[in-house]
Amino acid sequence: MDFSRPQFNQRIVIRNGRVIDPKQVLDQKADVYIADGVIASIGDAPVGFKPDLEFDANNMLVIPGAVDLCARVREPGQTQKGNIHTETHAAAAAGITHLCCPPDTNPVLDTRAVAALIQERAYQSGYAHVMPIGALTRGLEGEQLSEMHALREAGCIGVSQLRRPVKDSQVLMRCLEYASTFDLIVFFQSEDQSISPRGGMHAGPTATRLGLPGIPESAETIALSRDLLLVEQTGVQAHFGQISCARSVELIANAQALGLKVTADVAVHQLYLTDNMIDGFNSAYHVRPPARTEADRQALIDGVKSGVISMLCSDHQPHEAAAKAEPFPTTEAGISAFSHFLPLSYELVSQGVLSESEWVQRIAMNPAHLIGLDAGHLGVGSNANLCVFDPNMEWTLKKENVYSQGKNTPFLGRTMPGRVELTLRDGTISFRRG
Amino acid sequence: MTPTIPPHQLQLTPQGQLRHFLTTEGLSTELLTEILDTAESFVSVGKQAVKKVPLLRGKTVVNLFFEASTRTRTTFELAAKRLSADVLNINISTSATSKGESLMDMLWNLEAMDSDMFVVRHEASGAPHFIAEHVTPTVAVINAGDGRHAHPTQAMLDMYTIRRHKGDFRNLKVAIVGDVLHSRVARSQVHALRGLNVGEVRVIGPKTLIPTDFDTLGAKIYYDMVKGLKDVDVVIMLRLQKERMQSALLPSESEFYRLYGLTTEKLAFAKPDAIVMHPGPINRGVEIESAVADCSQSVILQQVNYGIAVRMAVLSMAMSGQTDMQNALEGGDA
Repeated sequence: MDFSRPQFNQRIVIRNGRVIDPKQVLDQKADVYIADGVIASIGDAPVGFKPDLEFDANNMLVIPGAVDLCARVREPGQTQKGNIHTETHAAAAAGITHLCCPPDTNPVLDTRAVAALIQERAYQSGYAHVMPIGALTRGLEGEQLSEMHALREAGCIGVSQLRRPVKDSQVLMRCLEYASTFDLIVFFQSEDQSISPRGGMHAGPTATRLGLPGIPESAETIALSRDLLLVEQTGVQAHFGQISCARSVELIANAQALGLKVTADVAVHQLYLTDNMIDGFNSAYHVRPPARTEADRQALIDGVKSGVISMLCSDHQPHEAAAKAEPFPTTEAGISAFSHFLPLSYELVSQGVLSESEWVQRIAMNPAHLIGLDAGHLGVGSNANLCVFDPNMEWTLKKENVYSQGKNTPFLGRTMPGRVELTLRDGTISFRRG
Repeated sequence: MTPTIPPHQLQLTPQGQLRHFLTTEGLSTELLTEILDTAESFVSVGKQAVKKVPLLRGKTVVNLFFEASTRTRTTFELAAKRLSADVLNINISTSATSKGESLMDMLWNLEAMDSDMFVVRHEASGAPHFIAEHVTPTVAVINAGDGRHAHPTQAMLDMYTIRRHKGDFRNLKVAIVGDVLHSRVARSQVHALRGLNVGEVRVIGPKTLIPTDFDTLGAKIYYDMVKGLKDVDVVIMLRLQKERMQSALLPSESEFYRLYGLTTEKLAFAKPDAIVMHPGPINRGVEIESAVADCSQSVILQQVNYGIAVRMAVLSMAMSGQTDMQNALEGGDA
């Protein structure tokens, strides 16, 4: 199936922006010309180019569209929380041109039909490319192999078991062997469910004071250790998503030093939240993996800086208001994350953690490279998937300016450094402010 | 960032009066003492021929119990009735939420009946806090026990019992023994004792029953019962639920009793005039020897008796704080 052809072709010129493309080692003020859905030129106008639209990007950054490795679009099956139309629109407003959708849809994304449905809906909406991640096991039940090869043919860019358990290590080993037969990437979200109580938070002083069930870091590191050992044994290409603690960074770094095909990402909110913020049972902070200690937060930032964690994702999980309007332990976990994804990841640049180029690598170039996508860069002749970001525009996150159907974010009221002004998906405007 | 109001701030008026009672954490010595003094004044009410005072006349108190409880609910009911309030008991496990109605919808319905106060027991930590944040600001919310978080009226009646027998808190050593992990009572007791400037508070139990970083609450942790009981003035035993054996927290009742059950021999390590307390209901032969439960040092039955006076104190103080706050707001608007 090929959904990548653009629908409408406008000739667009983005003038005077600071164009950043780490793949071409490009960082300079230039005009970007777009025609027939592709980047026609950077710098000089192509011969005879007559723009239908000019966008003045003076003092703004022109960067590849973000490639988000983990975002729930809630369709099929959970449309009270969001749907492909609302969530890809919100993604475009957040500068995202490509997003990967995990398999915990309803029905589970373990058949070609569901994979096809998701891509077709995304194509009809036209705001962002949605690339499904198939279920590693049938029904995500952790017992039988899914039809991984068929899922890949249907457009899945990898397979995942998410946080659902595979109790039997032999089953997991077979899954990884089978996936590696077809060079499928396995996306891990390592968690040992047996010590990770539902409705819980990081096991520490705040959990003890509030009487909430504690989720120790070992809930992640035990599972991560098993997963890494099996990755080593089977040789499968593995990506570890949304890690949450210092020890996990260490484990990943060790595996990389051994030469394993292992990469990792962290959700941007994990770099800002700590467990003590839950003091008032505020369900907006209820998220899995849980917000951990200040030391963990620092270690994750260090991991992003050093490149052990080479990608940033949103882990966008929109919820309807009722899912969060309960006492903390009975609320659903997850944060509506698109709104803060670019601004708060860019804040790492103003904090001196990353350079602009490293930032673009982590939100666009590296994730695109991982899943073998011709995106995450601004190469002439490639489909024009890009975003114009104004780093000088400060704004305050409010419910009214959350584009996602889910308004469940702990960052309401926070100042955001920088704002997405324009997003192009395959040369078509998928978002323009104003 | 989305503002988060810790329970101990949510429950106070700007003048520092109670308007809800969610937790003993963060309460000043003065306020804790005021609760005990007010309770003192109500103790005599129960001894009068007419056991009523008119402080809550015309007010409607709703007992919202999402978890079964006999003693706590009946003492709250008696307390409210002795204050002349109208009382409505709602047992939720047989009511709305089992029909799929959300907590919010149910609360809005109860609000529409012009209730003045909710007394809430819920199995989820933070439920009373959630209700206090989301109901009409004129309704006072009293926590009658939420998950593992807090049981502040139980803790205050324990404080009342201690003060009755020991007077000043400052030189006392208090030991809390047993299943601290699952105990909302223990957490509330530790906060109240710290707020009343107790000399020392200890918790005693195996590591499986002591929560992570419990020392950050200001308690000393002991794994050895004999060392932990040495020279204490007050021993508080916690109830051990039978299901803890199934969840790999303990090997057996008999091993627990041998190590942490309060026997006459172990009690001998405490001060000779130490008192023995238990929030009840007690499991004889599991956490406490029958002879100890019935001995002269045991004040377990008196605790139940003081419960009504302490709850009268809390209900009347919260209602008065809530009323003052509403009057101030209306005055401010005019």
